[in-house]
Amino acid sequence: MKKLLSSLMLATAIASPLSVMGGAAHAVEIEYWQYFFAERVEAMDMLIARFEEANPDITVKQTTFPYAQYQAKVAAAVPAGQGPDVVQLYYGWLRDYMQAGLLSPLPADRFDPAMIDAEFFPIVQAMKVDGAYYGLPTAVRTMAMFYNKALFTAAGLDPENPPKTYDEVVAAAQAIVERDAGGNLLVAGITATPVSQDAHWWREVLMRQFGGQSYSDDYRTVTYNTPEGVSALRAYTSLFMDAKVTDYGFMDESQASFVAGKAGILMDGSFRIGAVASVEGLDWGVAPLPTHNDITYNYSSYWLNGISSKTTGEELEASIKFMEFITSEESMQLWLEVVGELPARSSVALTDENRADPVYGPFIAGLETARATDFVNEAAQRQIWLDMIDMVNVGGVSVEDAIAEAAATEQRLIDAYYAK
Amino acid sequence: MKQLYDRLTFQQKKAYWAWIFLAVPIAFFCIVRFYPTLNAAAISFTNWNLLAPMEFVGLQNYQRLFTDPVFWKVFGNTFLYLIIGLPITLLLSFAVAYYLDQIRFMHGFIRGLYFIPYLTTAVAMAWVWRWGYQPLPIGVLNQILTTFGLPQQPFLRAPGQALVSVLAPAIWAGLGFQVIIFLAGLRGIPETYYEAARIDGVGKWATLWEITLPLLRPTILFLVVLTSISLLRIFDQVYNMTVDGQGGPLNSTRPLVLSIYNSAFKDFDMGYATAQTMVLFVVLLIITVVQLRLMRAK
Amino acid sequence: MSRVSNTLRLPFGLSASPGKIVIWTLLFLGGIVMISPFIFMISSSLKTADQIYDLRLIPERPTLVNYIDLFSNSPFTRWFLNSFITSGIVTISVLFFDSLIGYVLCKYNFRGRSFVFIAILSTLMIPTEMLVIPWYVMSANFGWIDTYWGIMFPGLMTGFGVFLMKQFFESVPDELLDAARIDGLSEFRIWWEIALPLVTPALSALAIFTFLGNWTAFLWPLIVTNSRELYTVPVGLASFAGENLTRWEVVMTGAAVATIPTLIVFMVFQKYIVRGVVMSGLKG
Repeated sequence: MKKLLSSLMLATAIASPLSVMGGAAHAVEIEYWQYFFAERVEAMDMLIARFEEANPDITVKQTTFPYAQYQAKVAAAVPAGQGPDVVQLYYGWLRDYMQAGLLSPLPADRFDPAMIDAEFFPIVQAMKVDGAYYGLPTAVRTMAMFYNKALFTAAGLDPENPPKTYDEVVAAAQAIVERDAGGNLLVAGITATPVSQDAHWWREVLMRQFGGQSYSDDYRTVTYNTPEGVSALRAYTSLFMDAKVTDYGFMDESQASFVAGKAGILMDGSFRIGAVASVEGLDWGVAPLPTHNDITYNYSSYWLNGISSKTTGEELEASIKFMEFITSEESMQLWLEVVGELPARSSVALTDENRADPVYGPFIAGLETARATDFVNEAAQRQIWLDMIDMVNVGGVSVEDAIAEAAATEQRLIDAYYAK
Repeated sequence: MKQLYDRLTFQQKKAYWAWIFLAVPIAFFCIVRFYPTLNAAAISFTNWNLLAPMEFVGLQNYQRLFTDPVFWKVFGNTFLYLIIGLPITLLLSFAVAYYLDQIRFMHGFIRGLYFIPYLTTAVAMAWVWRWGYQPLPIGVLNQILTTFGLPQQPFLRAPGQALVSVLAPAIWAGLGFQVIIFLAGLRGIPETYYEAARIDGVGKWATLWEITLPLLRPTILFLVVLTSISLLRIFDQVYNMTVDGQGGPLNSTRPLVLSIYNSAFKDFDMGYATAQTMVLFVVLLIITVVQLRLMRAK
Repeated sequence: MSRVSNTLRLPFGLSASPGKIVIWTLLFLGGIVMISPFIFMISSSLKTADQIYDLRLIPERPTLVNYIDLFSNSPFTRWFLNSFITSGIVTISVLFFDSLIGYVLCKYNFRGRSFVFIAILSTLMIPTEMLVIPWYVMSANFGWIDTYWGIMFPGLMTGFGVFLMKQFFESVPDELLDAARIDGLSEFRIWWEIALPLVTPALSALAIFTFLGNWTAFLWPLIVTNSRELYTVPVGLASFAGENLTRWEVVMTGAAVATIPTLIVFMVFQKYIVRGVVMSGLKG
C-alpha cells in the first residue's frame, strides 16, 4: 500500500509539467480568461505586453478555452476556488453570472457611471445594474446587410445600389431566388437559419420598425404579443413560408450559403466580415440594415470584461488597473485593427475615416441606433425564439398562436429570474 | 499470522484473497466515483448555484422536475432512443459479426471498414451527417430516396423524424464496437461444439439457435447492458446535430444528459442538474439489474 | 458431400459457394456504406475554406494546406503527444486492474460479491458531467490541475472493463484453476499465468476500447487543463470552433489525423482477437 502511494506521488511529480512562476518576486499576477479565437488572442497578447510595460509590477496571464465550453470551465473553476481575476463574458450572460455571484461591481470612483454613460455607446448601459457597472466591453458588434454583388448583377439588380428598405430587400430576394424543377432551393434570395442573428434582427429591429417593442424598457415585461409583434414576426416568417424566397435552415448555417455563393442577402453581425473576406472569388458588399416605415434601428452584442468577485487585495487593484487599460481608447483602436470589432467608445468609433470605410462604415453607422437586449438567460430566451419559429415552420401553428405561446413562456422565465 | 491463515477453510481463504486483491480498486472507486456520486445526490436537495452557500430545499428540485412537461418529453425521448436503438443495433451487429466470422478473404479489411466509424470524432461526423440529411439537391440521403421514386424527407427538421435521424449516426458509430465484441465471443466458442453438430446433421439455423446463441449468452448480456446504458446516456450526436445543441426541433430529440448538461453548465443550477442525474442513475440501475437478472446464466 | 459441387472457381485461386459470395458482397458493400462519411471527412480536409461548401466527394483542387496549417500553426503535435501518453498509461492501468477485478468477481465466491459487482457496474450510470466538478475540486486541492495525472486519474479503473473481463472469465474452466492451486501456485500467479492468457481476445478488445475511449474523451480533459499546450486532441480541435464561425476544414483535418493512432492500435490488437481462445484442446 505504501509503495503504491509513494509511486503515485512520484508519478504526480513527474507528470506535472513545470509550472510557470511569475516574473519578479513581488510581481502581482492576475489571470485573464477569454475564449480562443486566433485574432482575439493575438490582440490581447499585444495589449498585455503594453500593459506590463507600463506596469512592471503586474503580470497578466491569459488563459483561453474553446468557445462552446467556456461556461463549463467557469462552472468547474469557481467552486474549486480557481478562476480568473478578469474574465471576458458574453453580455447576455451578465445576469447569470451576477446571480451566481461571480462578478464584482466596478468601483464607482474609478469607473464613474456617469462618465461611462457619456463616453460609451448606450448599449453598454445594459451592463449597469442598480446604478453600478458590472463590466465593460473593449469592442462591440453591430449588424448590417451583406449582399452578393455577382448574384445581384445576374438577377438584373444594381450591385452598387443595394436595397434600402425592407420591401426592397424582399423584392431583391425574389429576383435572386432560384429553384429547380422540383421546387428545391438552389440559390436563396436571403438567408434564414436558426442560430444566426435573425432573432436579434426581429427582436430589436423589425419589432420597432413595425411600431412595437419586444420588451418594456427595463426588459422585465414581454411586450411582443401584439398585432405589431405579429406583423414583425410575419415579416420574417413570410420569407420562407409565403414569399418563398428562401428555405428555413438552408445549408444549416447562414454564413455557409452566403460563403458558398448560394445566397443573395445575409443579415449578420460584424464578426462575419473575416469569414466572408477570406473567401476567394466572392464578390460581396455591405450595406446598412434595411429601414421600414423610415425607422432605423440596429442590434448590438458584445463581450465585456468583468472582475471576479473572488479577487481581492493586490490582485483586485491590479485587475482594476488592467480593466481601465483594456477599455481605454488606444486599446479599442488596436482591437479594431487586429480583431475587426468596433470600439465601444463613441469617440474612437465615430471617426470620419471609420464612417467612410466601405466595409465597416455601415456597421459603424449602426452603432448610433443600436440596441442590446438585457437577457436574463440568453440561451433559454434564444431557445424560446427558436421554438416559436419551429412551431410556425414545422409545427403547423399560426403566427399569432406561436407568438402568444412564446411570450407566455418567456414572461414566466423572466419572472422566475426576478423572483429570486 | 501464517497459522491463522492456514486455519481458514478453503472458502475463507478464497474470500481473504478476493478482498486483498480488491482493496486498492475499491478504495479507488470509492474516492473517484462513489464519493462524488453521493455528493451529487446530496446537492440535489439544495439550490446550489456554485458560489452562494448551499441551502437545503428538500424535494423542491424533484417537484420542479416532475411537474415540468419538458422533463417528461425528455424522459420519453431517452427511452425512445433505447427502445428503437437497442434491437436495431444488436441485430445488425450480430448479423455482421456472424457472417463476417465465416468469410476469410479480406476478412481483416472488411472488419476494419465496419470499425472505422467507431474511431471517428463525433463533432466531425455530425457535420458530415448533417449534410447527408439536407434536402435536395444537396443531401445524399434524399438523392437516394428520390432515385427510388420515394418522396424527400425532412429528417432533422421535422419533430417526427428528428429523433431517428439523430439515432442513426449513433448506431452507425457504435456498430463496430459491437461487431468486435460479438466476434470475440464467437471466436471463444470451441470448434468441438460445431463439429458435434455437423456430425449429428444439425442444420445451420438450428446450430445458430441451439448452440451459438446460448453459448454467446455472456457476450450478449454484456452488449445488452452496455448498449442500453450508452443509448440512455446519448449526448454527443444530439449536441452536435441539433440547432444550438438543444435537442430540437421542439425538444423532439432532447435526451436527459443534455438537460443535465444545460442545467449544470448553462444555468449553473447545480441542484436541478443533480436531481436529474439521480433520476437517470436510478433508471439506469433498475434497467441494468433487470437485464442482469433476466439473462442470468444458469 | 453435396457442398463441394456448389463451389465456384474464383480468381486468386479461391473457391466459394454462391451463398458465400453473396454474403461477402453484401458485407463488403455494407462496409463501403459504413465508411463513406469518413471518406467525405477526408475529402473535406483536402479543401480550403471556400471549397468546403461545394460538397463534392472528390475535391476540385485537393490541397494539403490544412494539414500543414494544422501542424505549423497550432500545437497539434503536442496535443497528439498528450493524448498518446495519457491514453496509453490509462490503458495499461485498466488492462491490469480491470482484469484482476473481473477475475476476482468471477472466480471467487465470497459474501458481498454481487454487491461489489453491482456497485462497480453502477459507476457507468453516472454521466461524467456530474462528476467533473467534484473531480475538479479534488484536483485543485491536490495540485493536479493542468497536469497529466489530473487528466488520467479518473480513468485508471473502469466499470466497463471490469464488466467485460468478468464476462469473459466465465469461460475459463474452474477445474483448470483448481488444478493450478493443487500444484501450489499462488493466487496471483494463477491469475497472471493461467487465467489471463486464456482471455487474450477480451484483453485486446479492452485495450482497443480503453485507448479509444480515452483518446476521444472530451469533457474532463477540457475542464482539468488550462494551458493550450496540455490539451488533448479533442479539446484542441474544439478550440477551432468559434463563437460565430467554425473552421470546418480544420476540424475535418484534425479529426482525420486524430483517427490515425487509434487505427494503428486497432490494427495491432485486432490480430489477438482473431487468434482467439483455443479452448477445444483443453476441453478434450
